[in-house]
Amino acid sequence: MSELWLLRHRQIPGLNQLSNYLQHGGFESWKKAVTKLTPEDLVNEVKNSGLRGRGGAGFPTGAKWSFLPNTIWPHYVVANADESEPGTFKDREILEFNPYQFLEGLMLASYAVRAHTAYVYLRGELWHIAHKLDERIAELTSSGYLGDNLFGKDYSLRIHTHLGAGAYICGEETALLESMEGRLGQPRLRPPFPAVSGLFGYPTVINNVETLTNLPLIIDKGAAYFRAQGTEKSPGTKIFSLSGRVKKPGNYELPLGTTFRELIYQHGEGIINDAQIKAIMPAGASSSLIPATEVALDTPMDYESVGALGCALGSASVIILDETVNASTVVSDTIHFFKHESCGKCTPCREGTFWMARVIDRIEAGKAKEEDIDLLASIASQMQNKCLCALGEFSTVSVISAIKNYRADFAARLEK
Amino acid sequence: MNQLLKKFPQEIKKILAKYPPDQKRASVMPLLHLAQQDRGYISRETMAEIAEIAEVEVTEVASVVGFYTLFHTEPGGKIRIQVCTDIACALRGSREYLDGLCAELDIKPGGTTPDGLVTVEEVKCLAACDRAPMFQSQMGDELEYHEHQTVARTMDWLRSMMASLRLPESDEPLSLEPEGGDHE
Repeated sequence: MSELWLLRHRQIPGLNQLSNYLQHGGFESWKKAVTKLTPEDLVNEVKNSGLRGRGGAGFPTGAKWSFLPNTIWPHYVVANADESEPGTFKDREILEFNPYQFLEGLMLASYAVRAHTAYVYLRGELWHIAHKLDERIAELTSSGYLGDNLFGKDYSLRIHTHLGAGAYICGEETALLESMEGRLGQPRLRPPFPAVSGLFGYPTVINNVETLTNLPLIIDKGAAYFRAQGTEKSPGTKIFSLSGRVKKPGNYELPLGTTFRELIYQHGEGIINDAQIKAIMPAGASSSLIPATEVALDTPMDYESVGALGCALGSASVIILDETVNASTVVSDTIHFFKHESCGKCTPCREGTFWMARVIDRIEAGKAKEEDIDLLASIASQMQNKCLCALGEFSTVSVISAIKNYRADFAARLEK
Repeated sequence: MNQLLKKFPQEIKKILAKYPPDQKRASVMPLLHLAQQDRGYISRETMAEIAEIAEVEVTEVASVVGFYTLFHTEPGGKIRIQVCTDIACALRGSREYLDGLCAELDIKPGGTTPDGLVTVEEVKCLAACDRAPMFQSQMGDELEYHEHQTVARTMDWLRSMMASLRLPESDEPLSLEPEGGDHE
Protein backbone atom coordinates (compact mmCIF):
# COMPACT_ATOMS: atom_id res chain seq x y z
CA MET A 1 0.00 0.00 0.00
CA SER A 2 1.35 3.40 -0.89
CA GLU A 3 1.69 6.09 1.73
CA LEU A 4 -1.59 7.70 2.70
CA TRP A 5 -1.86 11.32 3.69
CA LEU A 6 -5.49 12.23 4.26
CA LEU A 7 -6.29 8.78 5.67
CA ARG A 8 -2.93 8.51 7.47
CA HIS A 9 -4.74 7.23 10.56
CA ARG A 10 -5.16 3.88 8.79
CA GLN A 11 -1.37 3.45 8.92
CA ILE A 12 -0.78 5.24 12.22
CA PRO A 13 -3.21 3.96 14.86
CA GLY A 14 -4.36 6.42 17.51
CA LEU A 15 -3.71 9.48 15.37
CA ASN A 16 -6.85 11.03 16.88
CA GLN A 17 -4.95 11.42 20.17
CA LEU A 18 -2.99 14.62 20.45
CA SER A 19 0.16 13.00 21.82
CA ASN A 20 0.30 10.59 18.88
CA TYR A 21 -0.40 13.31 16.38
CA LEU A 22 2.40 15.43 17.83
CA GLN A 23 4.77 12.44 17.72
CA HIS A 24 4.13 12.16 14.00
CA GLY A 25 5.02 15.72 13.12
CA GLY A 26 1.72 17.21 14.18
CA PHE A 27 1.45 21.02 14.32
CA GLU A 28 5.00 21.44 12.97
CA SER A 29 3.53 23.14 9.90
CA TRP A 30 1.44 25.34 12.15
CA LYS A 31 4.42 26.37 14.26
CA LYS A 32 6.49 26.97 11.13
CA ALA A 33 3.76 29.12 9.58
CA VAL A 34 3.17 31.35 12.59
CA THR A 35 6.86 31.75 13.54
CA LYS A 36 8.59 31.84 10.16
CA LEU A 37 6.12 32.52 7.33
CA THR A 38 3.94 35.43 6.33
CA PRO A 39 0.31 34.91 5.33
CA GLU A 40 1.38 35.76 1.77
CA ASP A 41 3.95 32.92 1.87
CA LEU A 42 1.13 30.50 2.70
CA VAL A 43 -1.15 31.79 -0.04
CA ASN A 44 1.67 31.50 -2.58
CA GLU A 45 2.69 27.99 -1.52
CA VAL A 46 -0.89 26.77 -1.76
CA LYS A 47 -1.35 28.53 -5.11
CA ASN A 48 1.81 26.82 -6.39
CA SER A 49 0.62 23.45 -5.11
CA GLY A 50 -2.40 23.65 -7.42
CA LEU A 51 -4.66 22.32 -4.62
CA ARG A 52 -8.29 22.43 -5.74
CA GLY A 53 -11.34 22.45 -3.46
CA ARG A 54 -12.43 18.93 -2.57
CA GLY A 55 -16.04 19.79 -1.72
CA GLY A 56 -17.25 19.52 -5.30
CA ALA A 57 -16.47 22.61 -7.34
CA GLY A 58 -12.72 21.98 -7.65
CA PHE A 59 -11.90 25.69 -7.40
CA PRO A 60 -8.21 26.50 -6.75
CA THR A 61 -7.85 27.01 -3.00
CA GLY A 62 -5.01 29.55 -3.04
CA ALA A 63 -6.90 31.74 -5.52
CA LYS A 64 -10.02 31.58 -3.35
CA TRP A 65 -8.04 32.89 -0.39
CA SER A 66 -6.53 35.73 -2.39
CA PHE A 67 -9.97 37.21 -3.18
CA LEU A 68 -10.39 38.53 0.36
CA PRO A 69 -9.98 42.32 0.40
CA ASN A 70 -7.46 43.66 2.88
CA THR A 71 -9.55 46.76 3.42
CA ILE A 72 -12.44 45.11 5.26
CA TRP A 73 -11.93 43.40 8.66
CA PRO A 74 -12.36 40.99 10.38
CA HIS A 75 -11.95 38.00 8.08
CA TYR A 76 -13.51 34.65 8.88
CA VAL A 77 -12.77 31.07 7.86
CA VAL A 78 -15.50 28.45 7.94
CA ALA A 79 -14.77 24.76 7.50
CA ASN A 80 -17.60 23.14 5.57
CA ALA A 81 -18.24 19.86 7.38
CA ASP A 82 -21.84 19.61 6.19
CA GLU A 83 -21.06 16.47 4.18
CA SER A 84 -24.51 15.36 3.02
CA GLU A 85 -24.21 14.27 -0.59
CA PRO A 86 -25.65 10.76 -0.83
CA GLY A 87 -22.66 8.50 -1.46
CA THR A 88 -20.13 10.76 0.32
CA PHE A 89 -18.65 9.62 3.60
CA LYS A 90 -15.06 10.87 3.49
CA ASP A 91 -15.18 13.92 5.77
CA ARG A 92 -16.80 11.92 8.53
CA GLU A 93 -13.82 9.53 8.53
CA ILE A 94 -11.34 12.43 8.68
CA LEU A 95 -13.24 14.19 11.48
CA GLU A 96 -13.36 11.04 13.57
CA PHE A 97 -9.98 9.50 12.97
CA ASN A 98 -7.66 12.24 11.70
CA PRO A 99 -9.19 15.31 13.35
CA TYR A 100 -6.00 17.14 14.33
CA GLN A 101 -4.70 17.20 10.79
CA PHE A 102 -8.00 18.75 9.74
CA LEU A 103 -7.82 21.30 12.57
CA GLU A 104 -4.21 22.13 11.70
CA GLY A 105 -5.34 22.74 8.13
CA LEU A 106 -8.12 25.02 9.32
CA MET A 107 -5.62 26.91 11.45
CA LEU A 108 -3.25 27.33 8.48
CA ALA A 109 -6.09 28.64 6.29
CA SER A 110 -7.04 31.10 9.05
CA TYR A 111 -3.47 32.38 9.30
CA ALA A 112 -3.27 32.72 5.52
CA VAL A 113 -6.19 35.16 5.47
CA ARG A 114 -5.40 36.70 8.88
CA ALA A 115 -8.63 35.48 10.45
CA HIS A 116 -8.76 35.42 14.23
CA THR A 117 -11.95 33.41 14.45
CA ALA A 118 -12.76 30.23 12.54
CA TYR A 119 -15.86 28.06 12.65
CA VAL A 120 -16.50 24.43 11.81
CA TYR A 121 -20.01 24.01 10.43
CA LEU A 122 -20.97 20.36 10.92
CA ARG A 123 -24.13 18.68 9.79
CA GLY A 124 -26.45 18.15 12.76
CA GLU A 125 -26.24 14.38 12.54
CA LEU A 126 -22.55 14.62 13.49
CA TRP A 127 -23.15 16.23 16.86
CA HIS A 128 -21.22 13.57 18.73
CA ILE A 129 -18.23 14.38 16.51
CA ALA A 130 -18.81 18.09 17.18
CA HIS A 131 -18.67 17.49 20.94
CA LYS A 132 -15.44 15.59 20.51
CA LEU A 133 -14.03 18.42 18.37
CA ASP A 134 -14.97 20.91 21.11
CA GLU A 135 -12.88 18.86 23.54
CA ARG A 136 -9.97 18.73 21.11
CA ILE A 137 -10.16 22.49 20.51
CA ALA A 138 -10.08 23.08 24.28
CA GLU A 139 -7.08 20.74 24.51
CA LEU A 140 -5.26 22.68 21.77
CA THR A 141 -6.05 25.94 23.53
CA SER A 142 -4.61 24.72 26.82
CA SER A 143 -1.55 23.36 24.99
CA GLY A 144 -0.83 26.72 23.40
CA TYR A 145 -1.67 25.85 19.80
CA LEU A 146 -4.79 28.04 19.86
CA GLY A 147 -5.50 31.24 21.76
CA ASP A 148 -3.68 34.54 22.10
CA ASN A 149 -0.11 35.47 21.09
CA LEU A 150 0.65 32.08 19.64
CA PHE A 151 4.31 31.02 19.90
CA GLY A 152 5.02 34.50 21.30
CA LYS A 153 3.90 36.12 18.06
CA ASP A 154 1.27 38.78 17.51
CA TYR A 155 -1.32 36.35 16.24
CA SER A 156 -4.35 34.88 17.96
CA LEU A 157 -6.90 32.34 16.79
CA ARG A 158 -10.05 30.78 18.18
CA ILE A 159 -12.10 27.96 16.68
CA HIS A 160 -15.77 27.21 17.38
CA THR A 161 -18.07 24.46 16.16
CA HIS A 162 -21.56 25.17 14.86
CA LEU A 163 -24.15 22.49 14.16
CA GLY A 164 -26.63 22.37 11.32
CA ALA A 165 -29.84 20.44 11.70
CA GLY A 166 -30.50 18.23 8.73
CA ALA A 167 -30.58 20.34 5.59
CA TYR A 168 -28.55 19.22 2.57
CA ILE A 169 -28.71 22.71 1.09
CA CYS A 170 -26.46 24.04 3.87
CA GLY A 171 -23.49 22.51 2.09
CA GLU A 172 -23.96 25.30 -0.44
CA GLU A 173 -21.71 27.98 0.96
CA THR A 174 -24.10 30.92 1.09
CA ALA A 175 -26.90 28.76 2.55
CA LEU A 176 -24.34 27.59 5.10
CA LEU A 177 -23.66 31.21 6.06
CA GLU A 178 -27.39 31.94 6.41
CA SER A 179 -27.72 28.88 8.62
CA MET A 180 -24.78 29.99 10.76
CA GLU A 181 -26.48 33.34 11.24
CA GLY A 182 -29.57 31.62 12.64
CA ARG A 183 -31.73 31.77 9.54
CA LEU A 184 -33.27 29.29 7.12
CA GLY A 185 -30.61 27.62 5.00
CA GLN A 186 -31.43 29.36 1.74
CA PRO A 187 -28.74 30.44 -0.73
CA ARG A 188 -27.95 34.11 -1.19
CA LEU A 189 -27.99 35.96 -4.44
CA ARG A 190 -24.44 36.49 -5.70
CA PRO A 191 -22.63 38.86 -6.04
CA PRO A 192 -21.54 39.83 -3.48
CA PHE A 193 -19.51 36.67 -3.01
CA PRO A 194 -18.58 35.41 0.47
CA ALA A 195 -14.97 36.47 -0.13
CA VAL A 196 -16.21 40.07 0.09
CA SER A 197 -19.40 39.81 2.14
CA GLY A 198 -19.70 36.50 3.93
CA LEU A 199 -20.30 35.57 7.55
CA PHE A 200 -21.90 38.47 9.46
CA GLY A 201 -21.24 40.56 6.34
CA TYR A 202 -17.45 40.20 6.48
CA PRO A 203 -14.95 38.62 4.05
CA THR A 204 -15.10 34.86 4.52
CA VAL A 205 -13.33 31.78 3.19
CA ILE A 206 -15.30 28.54 3.16
CA ASN A 207 -13.23 25.40 2.60
CA ASN A 208 -14.19 21.73 2.66
CA VAL A 209 -12.81 19.43 5.38
CA GLU A 210 -10.75 17.35 2.94
CA THR A 211 -9.31 20.47 1.28
CA LEU A 212 -8.10 21.76 4.65
CA THR A 213 -6.67 18.37 5.65
CA ASN A 214 -4.24 18.62 2.71
CA LEU A 215 -2.68 21.86 3.95
CA PRO A 216 -0.28 20.63 6.66
CA LEU A 217 1.49 18.47 4.04
CA ILE A 218 1.79 21.33 1.56
CA ILE A 219 3.25 23.68 4.18
CA ASP A 220 5.53 20.99 5.60
CA LYS A 221 6.92 19.49 2.41
CA GLY A 222 6.21 22.14 -0.19
CA ALA A 223 4.17 22.52 -3.34
CA ALA A 224 6.49 20.38 -5.48
CA TYR A 225 6.13 17.39 -3.16
CA PHE A 226 2.35 17.71 -3.27
CA ARG A 227 2.40 17.92 -7.06
CA ALA A 228 4.34 14.65 -7.36
CA GLN A 229 0.98 12.87 -7.10
CA GLY A 230 -2.05 13.37 -9.31
CA THR A 231 -2.13 15.18 -12.64
CA GLU A 232 -0.84 18.53 -13.86
CA LYS A 233 -4.22 20.23 -13.50
CA SER A 234 -5.54 18.08 -10.66
CA PRO A 235 -2.56 17.51 -8.35
CA GLY A 236 -2.51 15.53 -5.13
CA THR A 237 -4.50 12.61 -3.81
CA LYS A 238 -8.25 12.50 -3.32
CA ILE A 239 -10.54 10.38 -1.21
CA PHE A 240 -12.94 8.45 -3.42
CA SER A 241 -16.03 7.25 -1.56
CA LEU A 242 -17.04 4.08 -3.37
CA SER A 243 -20.53 2.69 -2.77
CA GLY A 244 -23.43 0.92 -4.46
CA ARG A 245 -23.18 -2.49 -6.10
CA VAL A 246 -19.50 -3.23 -5.43
CA LYS A 247 -18.04 -5.97 -3.28
CA LYS A 248 -15.86 -3.74 -1.15
CA PRO A 249 -17.33 -0.27 -0.73
CA GLY A 250 -15.38 2.28 1.29
CA ASN A 251 -13.11 5.31 1.22
CA TYR A 252 -10.02 5.00 -0.95
CA GLU A 253 -7.32 7.67 -1.03
CA LEU A 254 -5.78 7.57 -4.49
CA PRO A 255 -3.94 10.00 -6.74
CA LEU A 256 -6.27 12.15 -8.82
CA GLY A 257 -6.21 10.65 -12.28
CA THR A 258 -6.62 7.04 -11.12
CA THR A 259 -9.02 5.28 -13.49
CA PHE A 260 -12.56 4.24 -12.60
CA ARG A 261 -11.51 0.70 -13.51
CA GLU A 262 -8.77 0.60 -10.87
CA LEU A 263 -11.13 2.00 -8.21
CA ILE A 264 -13.99 -0.34 -9.00
CA TYR A 265 -12.22 -3.60 -9.87
CA GLN A 266 -8.95 -3.42 -7.94
CA HIS A 267 -9.90 -1.55 -4.78
CA GLY A 268 -13.63 -2.26 -4.80
CA GLU A 269 -12.97 -5.89 -5.88
CA GLY A 270 -15.60 -5.75 -8.62
CA ILE A 271 -19.36 -6.03 -8.75
CA ILE A 272 -21.53 -7.98 -6.29
CA ASN A 273 -22.12 -11.55 -7.61
CA ASP A 274 -19.79 -10.64 -10.48
CA ALA A 275 -22.76 -9.09 -12.25
CA GLN A 276 -22.34 -6.83 -15.24
CA ILE A 277 -21.63 -3.20 -14.34
CA LYS A 278 -24.19 -0.81 -15.79
CA ALA A 279 -23.47 2.79 -14.91
CA ILE A 280 -21.26 5.04 -12.80
CA MET A 281 -22.47 8.03 -10.80
CA PRO A 282 -19.19 9.82 -9.99
CA ALA A 283 -20.67 12.64 -7.90
CA GLY A 284 -23.33 11.01 -5.74
CA ALA A 285 -26.98 11.87 -6.28
CA SER A 286 -25.89 15.06 -8.09
CA SER A 287 -24.47 12.99 -10.86
CA SER A 288 -25.22 11.90 -14.39
CA LEU A 289 -25.63 8.18 -14.97
CA ILE A 290 -22.57 7.48 -17.09
CA PRO A 291 -22.80 4.19 -19.02
CA ALA A 292 -19.89 2.04 -17.84
CA THR A 293 -18.31 1.55 -21.26
CA GLU A 294 -14.68 0.49 -21.67
CA VAL A 295 -13.85 4.12 -22.45
CA ALA A 296 -15.61 5.35 -19.31
CA LEU A 297 -13.89 2.71 -17.15
CA ASP A 298 -10.49 3.76 -18.48
CA THR A 299 -11.18 7.45 -17.82
CA PRO A 300 -8.82 8.99 -15.26
CA MET A 301 -10.70 10.43 -12.29
CA ASP A 302 -9.59 14.03 -12.40
CA TYR A 303 -11.67 17.18 -12.79
CA GLU A 304 -11.05 17.61 -16.53
CA SER A 305 -11.32 13.99 -17.71
CA VAL A 306 -14.54 13.25 -15.83
CA GLY A 307 -15.91 16.57 -17.03
CA ALA A 308 -15.26 15.44 -20.60
CA LEU A 309 -17.52 12.44 -19.95
CA GLY A 310 -20.36 14.88 -19.37
CA CYS A 311 -20.32 14.85 -15.60
CA ALA A 312 -18.61 16.70 -12.76
CA LEU A 313 -16.23 14.78 -10.50
CA GLY A 314 -17.84 16.67 -7.62
CA SER A 315 -16.88 15.33 -4.22
CA ALA A 316 -15.91 12.01 -5.87
CA SER A 317 -18.64 9.93 -4.31
CA VAL A 318 -18.67 7.12 -6.82
CA ILE A 319 -21.93 5.14 -6.80
CA ILE A 320 -21.93 1.98 -8.91
CA LEU A 321 -25.06 0.59 -10.59
CA ASP A 322 -25.13 -2.93 -12.01
CA GLU A 323 -27.45 -4.73 -14.42
CA THR A 324 -29.90 -5.59 -11.63
CA VAL A 325 -30.70 -1.91 -11.12
CA ASN A 326 -33.40 -0.13 -13.10
CA ALA A 327 -32.42 3.46 -13.98
CA SER A 328 -36.00 4.64 -13.40
CA THR A 329 -35.80 3.52 -9.77
CA VAL A 330 -32.51 5.36 -9.32
CA VAL A 331 -33.98 8.53 -10.78
CA SER A 332 -37.05 8.20 -8.58
CA ASP A 333 -34.74 8.10 -5.60
CA THR A 334 -32.67 11.12 -6.61
CA ILE A 335 -35.75 13.18 -7.54
CA HIS A 336 -37.38 12.53 -4.18
CA PHE A 337 -34.13 13.38 -2.45
CA PHE A 338 -33.89 16.76 -4.16
CA LYS A 339 -37.60 17.48 -3.75
CA HIS A 340 -37.18 16.94 -0.02
CA GLU A 341 -34.01 19.03 0.13
CA SER A 342 -35.11 21.90 -2.12
CA CYS A 343 -35.08 24.99 0.12
CA GLY A 344 -38.11 26.48 -1.61
CA LYS A 345 -36.57 29.86 -2.31
CA CYS A 346 -36.50 29.80 -6.12
CA THR A 347 -39.45 28.71 -8.23
CA PRO A 348 -37.77 26.48 -10.85
CA CYS A 349 -36.30 24.20 -8.19
CA ARG A 350 -39.24 24.21 -5.78
CA GLU A 351 -41.84 23.56 -8.50
CA GLY A 352 -39.61 21.56 -10.83
CA THR A 353 -38.62 18.95 -8.27
CA PHE A 354 -42.28 18.72 -7.19
CA TRP A 355 -43.48 18.06 -10.73
CA MET A 356 -40.65 15.66 -11.53
CA ALA A 357 -41.65 13.68 -8.45
CA ARG A 358 -45.28 13.56 -9.61
CA VAL A 359 -44.31 12.20 -13.02
CA ILE A 360 -41.72 9.69 -11.80
CA ASP A 361 -44.21 8.39 -9.21
CA ARG A 362 -46.67 7.81 -12.05
CA ILE A 363 -44.01 5.97 -14.04
CA GLU A 364 -42.92 3.85 -11.08
CA ALA A 365 -46.56 3.01 -10.31
CA GLY A 366 -47.03 1.59 -13.82
CA LYS A 367 -49.63 4.22 -14.65
CA ALA A 368 -47.66 6.31 -17.12
CA LYS A 369 -47.74 6.53 -20.90
CA GLU A 370 -44.82 6.91 -23.31
CA GLU A 371 -45.24 10.70 -23.45
CA ASP A 372 -44.72 10.92 -19.69
CA ILE A 373 -41.07 9.99 -20.22
CA ASP A 374 -40.73 12.99 -22.53
CA LEU A 375 -42.65 15.14 -20.08
CA LEU A 376 -40.16 14.22 -17.34
CA ALA A 377 -37.20 15.03 -19.56
CA SER A 378 -38.87 18.28 -20.55
CA ILE A 379 -39.43 19.44 -16.96
CA ALA A 380 -35.79 18.65 -16.14
CA SER A 381 -34.40 20.46 -19.17
CA GLN A 382 -36.58 23.51 -18.52
CA MET A 383 -35.19 23.78 -15.00
CA GLN A 384 -31.60 23.85 -16.23
CA ASN A 385 -29.73 27.15 -15.98
CA LYS A 386 -32.69 28.76 -14.20
CA CYS A 387 -32.13 27.79 -10.57
CA LEU A 388 -30.66 30.06 -7.92
CA CYS A 389 -28.06 27.52 -6.81
CA ALA A 390 -26.52 24.24 -7.86
CA LEU A 391 -29.08 22.08 -6.01
CA GLY A 392 -31.80 22.68 -8.58
CA GLU A 393 -29.37 22.05 -11.41
CA PHE A 394 -28.09 18.87 -9.74
CA SER A 395 -31.63 17.51 -9.50
CA THR A 396 -31.89 17.42 -13.29
CA VAL A 397 -28.67 15.71 -14.37
CA SER A 398 -29.51 12.16 -13.32
CA VAL A 399 -32.96 12.53 -14.91
CA ILE A 400 -31.74 13.73 -18.27
CA SER A 401 -28.79 11.34 -18.53
CA ALA A 402 -30.90 8.34 -17.43
CA ILE A 403 -33.62 9.00 -19.98
CA LYS A 404 -31.02 9.55 -22.68
CA ASN A 405 -29.02 6.40 -21.94
CA TYR A 406 -31.60 4.04 -20.41
CA ARG A 407 -34.97 4.96 -21.89
CA ALA A 408 -35.89 1.27 -22.07
CA ASP A 409 -35.78 1.11 -18.26
CA PHE A 410 -38.51 3.75 -18.07
CA ALA A 411 -40.46 2.17 -20.94
CA ALA A 412 -40.51 -1.13 -19.05
CA ARG A 413 -42.45 0.62 -16.28
CA LEU A 414 -45.20 2.04 -18.51
CA GLU A 415 -48.88 1.12 -18.32
CA LYS A 416 -49.34 -2.21 -20.04
CA MET B 1 -39.05 33.42 33.90
CA ASN B 2 -36.96 31.97 31.15
CA GLN B 3 -36.80 28.26 32.08
CA LEU B 4 -34.10 27.42 29.56
CA LEU B 5 -31.85 30.20 30.83
CA LYS B 6 -32.54 29.15 34.39
CA LYS B 7 -31.67 25.53 33.72
CA PHE B 8 -28.59 26.02 31.52
CA PRO B 9 -26.98 29.36 32.44
CA GLN B 10 -23.40 28.16 31.84
CA GLU B 11 -24.15 26.37 28.57
CA ILE B 12 -26.02 29.38 27.21
CA LYS B 13 -23.22 31.73 28.20
CA LYS B 14 -20.78 29.46 26.34
CA ILE B 15 -22.98 29.41 23.24
CA LEU B 16 -23.34 33.20 23.14
CA ALA B 17 -19.58 33.60 23.55
CA LYS B 18 -18.99 31.83 20.25
CA TYR B 19 -20.41 34.72 18.25
CA PRO B 20 -19.81 38.48 18.06
CA PRO B 21 -21.91 40.35 20.67
CA ASP B 22 -24.02 42.01 17.96
CA GLN B 23 -24.79 38.64 16.31
CA LYS B 24 -26.88 36.95 18.99
CA ARG B 25 -29.16 35.56 16.30
CA ALA B 26 -26.42 33.05 15.39
CA SER B 27 -27.19 31.32 18.70
CA VAL B 28 -30.69 30.26 17.59
CA MET B 29 -29.67 26.84 16.24
CA PRO B 30 -27.26 25.96 19.07
CA LEU B 31 -29.98 26.91 21.57
CA LEU B 32 -32.51 24.74 19.75
CA HIS B 33 -30.06 21.82 19.90
CA LEU B 34 -29.55 22.43 23.61
CA ALA B 35 -33.30 22.47 24.28
CA GLN B 36 -33.98 19.41 22.18
CA GLN B 37 -31.23 17.37 23.80
CA ASP B 38 -32.82 18.20 27.12
CA ARG B 39 -36.44 17.33 26.32
CA GLY B 40 -36.39 15.44 23.05
CA TYR B 41 -38.49 18.07 21.27
CA ILE B 42 -39.08 21.80 21.13
CA SER B 43 -42.25 23.30 22.55
CA ARG B 44 -43.83 26.68 21.77
CA GLU B 45 -42.73 27.93 25.17
CA THR B 46 -39.14 26.92 24.50
CA MET B 47 -39.22 28.75 21.16
CA ALA B 48 -40.31 31.89 22.98
CA GLU B 49 -37.49 31.50 25.49
CA ILE B 50 -34.94 31.06 22.73
CA ALA B 51 -36.33 34.09 20.91
CA GLU B 52 -35.83 36.12 24.07
CA ILE B 53 -32.21 34.99 24.47
CA ALA B 54 -31.30 35.43 20.80
CA GLU B 55 -33.22 38.70 20.55
CA VAL B 56 -35.37 37.70 17.59
CA GLU B 57 -39.12 37.21 17.06
CA VAL B 58 -40.73 33.92 18.07
CA THR B 59 -41.94 33.39 14.49
CA GLU B 60 -38.33 33.51 13.32
CA VAL B 61 -37.38 30.75 15.71
CA ALA B 62 -40.46 28.77 14.66
CA SER B 63 -39.54 29.10 11.00
CA VAL B 64 -36.05 27.75 11.72
CA VAL B 65 -37.58 24.81 13.59
CA GLY B 66 -39.88 24.14 10.65
CA PHE B 67 -37.12 24.34 8.05
CA TYR B 68 -34.60 21.90 9.56
CA THR B 69 -35.62 18.26 9.69
CA LEU B 70 -33.68 17.39 12.85
CA PHE B 71 -35.81 19.67 15.03
CA HIS B 72 -38.95 18.03 16.39
CA THR B 73 -42.01 19.79 17.74
CA GLU B 74 -43.53 16.68 19.25
CA PRO B 75 -42.07 14.08 21.56
CA GLY B 76 -41.24 10.91 19.66
CA GLY B 77 -40.55 7.43 20.99
CA LYS B 78 -37.99 6.82 23.71
CA ILE B 79 -35.80 5.31 21.01
CA ARG B 80 -35.65 7.06 17.68
CA ILE B 81 -34.47 4.85 14.82
CA GLN B 82 -33.42 6.81 11.75
CA VAL B 83 -32.93 4.68 8.67
CA CYS B 84 -31.12 6.09 5.64
CA THR B 85 -32.77 5.12 2.35
CA ASP B 86 -30.80 7.32 -0.02
CA ILE B 87 -29.66 6.01 -3.36
CA ALA B 88 -26.36 4.56 -2.14
CA CYS B 89 -28.07 2.76 0.76
CA ALA B 90 -31.06 1.75 -1.40
CA LEU B 91 -28.64 -0.06 -3.72
CA ARG B 92 -27.64 -2.19 -0.76
CA GLY B 93 -31.15 -3.07 0.35
CA SER B 94 -32.09 -0.33 2.82
CA ARG B 95 -35.64 0.11 1.50
CA GLU B 96 -36.48 -3.55 1.96
CA TYR B 97 -34.85 -3.32 5.37
CA LEU B 98 -36.98 -0.31 6.37
CA ASP B 99 -40.18 -1.95 5.12
CA GLY B 100 -39.35 -5.13 6.99
CA LEU B 101 -38.55 -3.28 10.20
CA CYS B 102 -41.76 -1.24 10.04
CA ALA B 103 -43.78 -4.41 9.36
CA GLU B 104 -42.18 -6.08 12.35
CA LEU B 105 -43.04 -3.11 14.59
CA ASP B 106 -46.43 -2.67 12.91
CA ILE B 107 -45.93 1.04 12.21
CA LYS B 108 -45.36 3.21 9.17
CA PRO B 109 -42.13 5.19 8.60
CA GLY B 110 -42.42 8.31 10.73
CA GLY B 111 -44.67 6.50 13.19
CA THR B 112 -44.25 5.56 16.84
CA THR B 113 -45.22 2.26 18.43
CA PRO B 114 -48.45 2.58 20.50
CA ASP B 115 -46.48 2.14 23.72
CA GLY B 116 -44.47 5.25 22.82
CA LEU B 117 -41.17 3.38 22.87
CA VAL B 118 -39.91 3.31 19.31
CA THR B 119 -40.12 5.84 16.49
CA VAL B 120 -38.87 4.82 13.06
CA GLU B 121 -37.94 7.59 10.64
CA GLU B 122 -36.70 7.59 7.08
CA VAL B 123 -33.80 10.04 6.79
CA LYS B 124 -31.38 11.38 4.21
CA CYS B 125 -27.75 10.38 3.87
CA LEU B 126 -25.93 9.68 7.15
CA ALA B 127 -22.52 9.30 5.51
CA ALA B 128 -22.23 5.56 6.05
CA CYS B 129 -23.10 4.50 2.50
CA ASP B 130 -20.49 1.74 2.48
CA ARG B 131 -22.06 -0.04 5.46
CA ALA B 132 -25.75 -0.06 4.50
CA PRO B 133 -28.39 -0.95 5.50
CA MET B 134 -27.78 1.24 8.50
CA PHE B 135 -29.60 3.38 11.03
CA GLN B 136 -28.80 5.93 13.64
CA SER B 137 -30.38 5.56 17.06
CA GLN B 138 -31.20 8.49 19.30
CA MET B 139 -32.03 8.07 22.95
CA GLY B 140 -32.01 11.32 24.87
CA ASP B 141 -28.60 12.73 24.06
CA GLU B 142 -27.15 9.33 23.19
CA LEU B 143 -26.53 8.85 19.52
CA GLU B 144 -25.21 5.72 17.90
CA TYR B 145 -24.58 4.35 14.40
CA HIS B 146 -25.68 0.79 13.61
CA GLU B 147 -24.24 -0.56 10.39
CA HIS B 148 -24.63 -3.73 8.30
CA GLN B 149 -28.16 -4.25 9.63
CA THR B 150 -30.80 -6.88 9.04
CA VAL B 151 -34.33 -6.70 10.47
CA ALA B 152 -33.53 -9.62 12.79
CA ARG B 153 -30.34 -7.95 14.03
CA THR B 154 -32.12 -4.67 14.71
CA MET B 155 -34.99 -6.41 16.52
CA ASP B 156 -32.48 -8.27 18.70
CA TRP B 157 -30.84 -4.98 19.56
CA LEU B 158 -34.20 -3.34 20.28
CA ARG B 159 -35.19 -6.17 22.61
CA SER B 160 -31.92 -5.89 24.48
CA MET B 161 -32.45 -2.13 24.81
CA MET B 162 -35.97 -2.73 26.08
CA ALA B 163 -34.69 -5.12 28.69
CA SER B 164 -32.34 -2.52 30.11
CA LEU B 165 -34.64 0.45 29.71
CA ARG B 166 -37.23 1.37 32.31
CA LEU B 167 -39.64 4.24 32.21
CA PRO B 168 -38.69 6.77 34.88
CA GLU B 169 -42.27 7.04 36.20
CA SER B 170 -42.75 3.29 36.48
CA ASP B 171 -40.91 0.24 37.69
CA GLU B 172 -42.39 -1.87 34.94
CA PRO B 173 -39.80 -3.11 32.46
CA LEU B 174 -40.62 -2.01 28.95
CA SER B 175 -41.98 -4.75 26.81
CA LEU B 176 -41.59 -5.45 23.16
CA GLU B 177 -42.86 -8.88 22.40
CA PRO B 178 -40.61 -10.88 20.08
CA GLU B 179 -43.69 -12.02 18.19
CA GLY B 180 -44.86 -8.43 17.66
CA GLY B 181 -48.60 -7.98 17.42
CA ASP B 182 -49.59 -6.87 20.89
CA HIS B 183 -47.98 -3.58 21.80
CA GLU B 184 -50.35 -2.66 24.62
